[in-house]
Amino acid sequence: MSVIGVEGEERLDYTKAESAQIRRRSLRLLGSLLFPVRWSVVVAMLVVVVSTAAQVAGPALIAYGIDKGLPALLEQDWVPLAATGVIYLVTGITGALLIAWYTVLSARISQAVLIDLRKRVFLQTQRLSLEFHESYTSGRIISRQTSDLDAIRELLDSGINQLVQGLLYMAFTGIALVALDGVSGLVLLVALVPLLALTRWFQVRSQHLFRQSRTASASLIVQFVETMTGIRAVKAFRTEKRNEGVFGKLVESYRLVNARVIQLFGVFDPGLILIGNVTVAAVLLVGGFRVADGQLAIGALLAALLYTRRFFDPMEEMAMFYNSYQSAAAALEKISGVLEEQPGVPDPVTPVDLWTSKGAVQFDNVQFEYQADRVILPHFSLTLEPGQTIALVGSTGAGKSTLAKLISRFYDPSHGRVLLDGVDLRDLHPKDLRRAIVMVTQEAYLFSGSVADNIAIGKPEATRSEIEAAARAVGAHDFIVGLPGGYDTDVNKRGGRVSAGQRQLISFARAFLADPAVLILDEATSSLDIPSERLVQEALQTLLSDRTAVIIAHRLSTVAIADRVLVMENGIIVEDGTPDMLISGTGRFARLHAAWRESLV
Amino acid sequence: MTTTAPQHPPHSIPTPAARSNTFRTLLRLYPYAKPALPRLGLGMLAALLASLVALAIPQVLQQLVDGALSQGDTAPIWPAVLTVLGLGVLEAGMIALRRWFVLVPGTHIESRMRNALYARLQDLPVTFHDRWPSGQLLSRAVSDLNMIRRWISFGLVLLVVNFLTIIAGVVILLSMNWILGVIFLVCSIPIWIYGYVFEEKYSVIARRSQDQSGDLATAVEESVHGIRVLKAFGRGSFALKSFASQAEELRGTEIEKARAIAGIWLWLLLVPDVAFALCLVSGVWLTSQGQLSVGELVAFFATATVLRFPVESIGFLLSMTFDTRTATDRFFDILDTPNTITDPPRPVTITSPRGRLAFENVHFRYADSPERFPDLLDGVNLVLEPGETMALVGLTGSGKSTLTALTTRLYDVTDGSVTLDGVDVRALRRDELRRHIAMAFEDATLFSASVRDNVLLGRPEFAERSPQADAALAEALQIAQAAFVHDLPNGVDTLVGEEGMSLSGGQRQRVALARAVAAAPAVLVLDDPLSALDVNTESLVEAALRRVLASTTALIVAHRPSTVMLADRVALLEAGRITAVGTHSELLATSPHYKFVISSLEDEERRESERAGEAL
Repeated sequence: MSVIGVEGEERLDYTKAESAQIRRRSLRLLGSLLFPVRWSVVVAMLVVVVSTAAQVAGPALIAYGIDKGLPALLEQDWVPLAATGVIYLVTGITGALLIAWYTVLSARISQAVLIDLRKRVFLQTQRLSLEFHESYTSGRIISRQTSDLDAIRELLDSGINQLVQGLLYMAFTGIALVALDGVSGLVLLVALVPLLALTRWFQVRSQHLFRQSRTASASLIVQFVETMTGIRAVKAFRTEKRNEGVFGKLVESYRLVNARVIQLFGVFDPGLILIGNVTVAAVLLVGGFRVADGQLAIGALLAALLYTRRFFDPMEEMAMFYNSYQSAAAALEKISGVLEEQPGVPDPVTPVDLWTSKGAVQFDNVQFEYQADRVILPHFSLTLEPGQTIALVGSTGAGKSTLAKLISRFYDPSHGRVLLDGVDLRDLHPKDLRRAIVMVTQEAYLFSGSVADNIAIGKPEATRSEIEAAARAVGAHDFIVGLPGGYDTDVNKRGGRVSAGQRQLISFARAFLADPAVLILDEATSSLDIPSERLVQEALQTLLSDRTAVIIAHRLSTVAIADRVLVMENGIIVEDGTPDMLISGTGRFARLHAAWRESLV
Repeated sequence: MTTTAPQHPPHSIPTPAARSNTFRTLLRLYPYAKPALPRLGLGMLAALLASLVALAIPQVLQQLVDGALSQGDTAPIWPAVLTVLGLGVLEAGMIALRRWFVLVPGTHIESRMRNALYARLQDLPVTFHDRWPSGQLLSRAVSDLNMIRRWISFGLVLLVVNFLTIIAGVVILLSMNWILGVIFLVCSIPIWIYGYVFEEKYSVIARRSQDQSGDLATAVEESVHGIRVLKAFGRGSFALKSFASQAEELRGTEIEKARAIAGIWLWLLLVPDVAFALCLVSGVWLTSQGQLSVGELVAFFATATVLRFPVESIGFLLSMTFDTRTATDRFFDILDTPNTITDPPRPVTITSPRGRLAFENVHFRYADSPERFPDLLDGVNLVLEPGETMALVGLTGSGKSTLTALTTRLYDVTDGSVTLDGVDVRALRRDELRRHIAMAFEDATLFSASVRDNVLLGRPEFAERSPQADAALAEALQIAQAAFVHDLPNGVDTLVGEEGMSLSGGQRQRVALARAVAAAPAVLVLDDPLSALDVNTESLVEAALRRVLASTTALIVAHRPSTVMLADRVALLEAGRITAVGTHSELLATSPHYKFVISSLEDEERRESERAGEAL
């Protein structure tokens, strides 16, 4: 098993080498995301270093004020105290201003990284082949782009800030303490040992729990989304109560994992405070005797105690960093896997332009198989003449849709070539390919937005009159103007109130607006009523006259407008001829046609 | 500190209007938080004790500095160190107690709210779901509730405790020396003022940011579900452009949010430092005047340092509180939506339904359809006698699907009534109604479960495997011609739906049809259930379906003559009314509109004669 791309994504038992491989991939991604903003990162780092140093100056200044300012003042010398006060004010104001600046700077950086990552995953999602999407499932690719990106956002938003500021704060506090009083510094150094041990313990224990927590939340989300998108079926089959049971169980297991995570913090956090307080007592012990001896000034002892106490302040928030870090790291691992996937249908390296297409499609010694053992379309060659209307006929699973998907380059053939006007589809510039060849499927998906927006997907720069003309041509105009807002009606989520047939008409209009040289209709009229289909058929006859068309339909009425019929069975073209020729024959098509003729009234 | 504290979370913002606003919203969490209140109260008590212990440590220092150290006496050092150690251990213990009391009950609150939200969403009518994209609902169910849990068990507790700690600390500072105490107090005022400004700004931005991320999630979902369309038209980069502009908007909001946070950070860091600087100068001066001992000065700064975290944390806790308020608003947006389709107060029961379905002067219009439009269903009258199969025919968009949805109250009539065996469907409990009437939709939804569970969805009594269950499953699959499921990797136990095997449209339709058949209802409502089937399969399904329909009342939306053939009678829906009812041949003979809607024979003959003409 490999861990390249999204393979093995759900496994929990990576070997060392595999983990390292995945980590390298994540780090590479992180590096490439940070590279464009590297100068901002440098500026932000400078700002945060200076501001933290300014913040840490406080206790030392207090010590100076008590130990030097007080005796001087007793001699009526105001200068040392006044100077200390002014310096304190200046460092305080500088520190606060710089921290505020840093907050905005770091938000800029993290938002730049996020938007970059969002776009990359989005683009990659669009680039990956249909084959990938079919096996990876929409739920997973969506959670890569939503919950996983949220985990990274959380890390960038607060986690990194807390870590950077916390670490710097601890480092500067430690340095200040050592500079102030070496012995206290040694005590703090000893305290680091239990601190690191506790942190390590927490890290190891939490790693596993965070993974579980993410799995639990993922199943929760799937159940939730499925219920909401399938709400009609839920209601119709009265599964509300049962769903509540299932969901309740998922909620409970998510809660249990969360509770365990929280309990872990319940040990870690008081542990930190304990170590901090014991260290304070120890510093007091070693300092107290020296103050009594006169070896250490009282102000210095106070500063040492303040530094020691403040040293542990950021630890609690930094421990929270693990929370966001763990989930963000896991998220980044999965995202980097998706980004690593090689598109199964890649864009050409040196694309060939094809400004105008005649629409000649040729299958040259093509074979298509999923894996070597599952041949869908055995070896064949086929030429579709420009302007021809071809009907593809055959039972479900005969390979009609696969053939169509090869023409539209949703898939690439396993062997051989598919050519448009003599150019291999794999070499054709994607924009030319998509302009020349358009496929309309049965599942007419509508995006949120207006009806006009949805038709305009066929040609984004289209004017309103072009859109209306396309709708008229396929007979969709009448129902569209009957909608509450006409062409500006919002089609809502998943085409909410537009019926299946109307959705198909809209997607037809979309295809005609695109005006391709080759049009593929895969069951594109299945939900139309007969009058609409009649209109579409009439429209097709004129619209298809000057372009190549491949029509897949269960209803043989479509065949009537075809110049040529291909009958497919088990991936093989068994009959090929004009409709009349085949009907008058005795083959499979003649039988099918006779049966269909019977069913008409 | 009492257990009623969460009802009155003391706020650090003095303006009454703003406080009551956020406060009133958060108060609505009370019913969910109620069982956890005793432990929340105890947790706060533990946290308060921890803070007081931390404040006590500087007092020990003062005694030590003023007593022993100034005289060079080392004897009291050990007892003082041991006291500090003891207090330190006590503080850690109290914090452990706080976590133990508070955090796990917090997860119960979250679970309760999540289950309540889910139950509510399932209960709300389809019209609600038509309006709300699932991405918006999801962000409420997951991240908003997470936020509320963290606030209750962490934010709220610390907000209360830190506020009290600040009061206690300021009292201690004042009692040490009123001048220093007043300086510290006066310097805190800008924080409270800024806190108010901050709320105004921040809650607006936070809400916008949450909404925009919800929209972005919806855009992602659409780009994945609509991937075939985007690919077919090569519009991936076009979609990216609109996605990027949405993401860009979100980025703008997030940076605005960061600016607001930077503003409050500025004050929260600036004020204590200015206070420290002023206190240092005046404290040393007071000491030189003999009004303050060195030990008191030391204790003052140690105490003020203890107070730094509570003062600084107020900003973070406030922004968390406002985020939570927004999240709470979003949660109640849904819970407050009135449910328009509910069970009747005194439900009627039909013990053995005969299956007489009647539409009596049924009117229906969608709430958002403009006034100039007539009702979509404008007085439908239609009776299906028990055992009768009625086909419903009409143009696309004539309201056929809507009419079928009225039978099981996916929508409610706006006037008139639908009755089952003479009982208004609104007089039955929804659960009972939907047991009597089963539906199959054209847009077949399968859930992430085995084929078996999907088919037996309407038969909860068959949830456990039994010979009866197997028989019902086998029969339903046979009728729907869904034998292909036996060839799936795990047969009828193969997982389908979003998380499982993806089936073709025709396969899904057959499983959904099997599901409706397996429900064994008194009335079967089929909304164009065979549209994605090929001709051969369709005729097989029809043959098998005839047996079932012989004994069951059925309403079938039909587009094809072949489907109409299943029916005893046909009803023609035209302009919102049933304009003709009769057998297929009667209507064909008498209704031109029916002929227009259903018959493609003439087209076919005309075309054939044309072709014959060409051939000649």
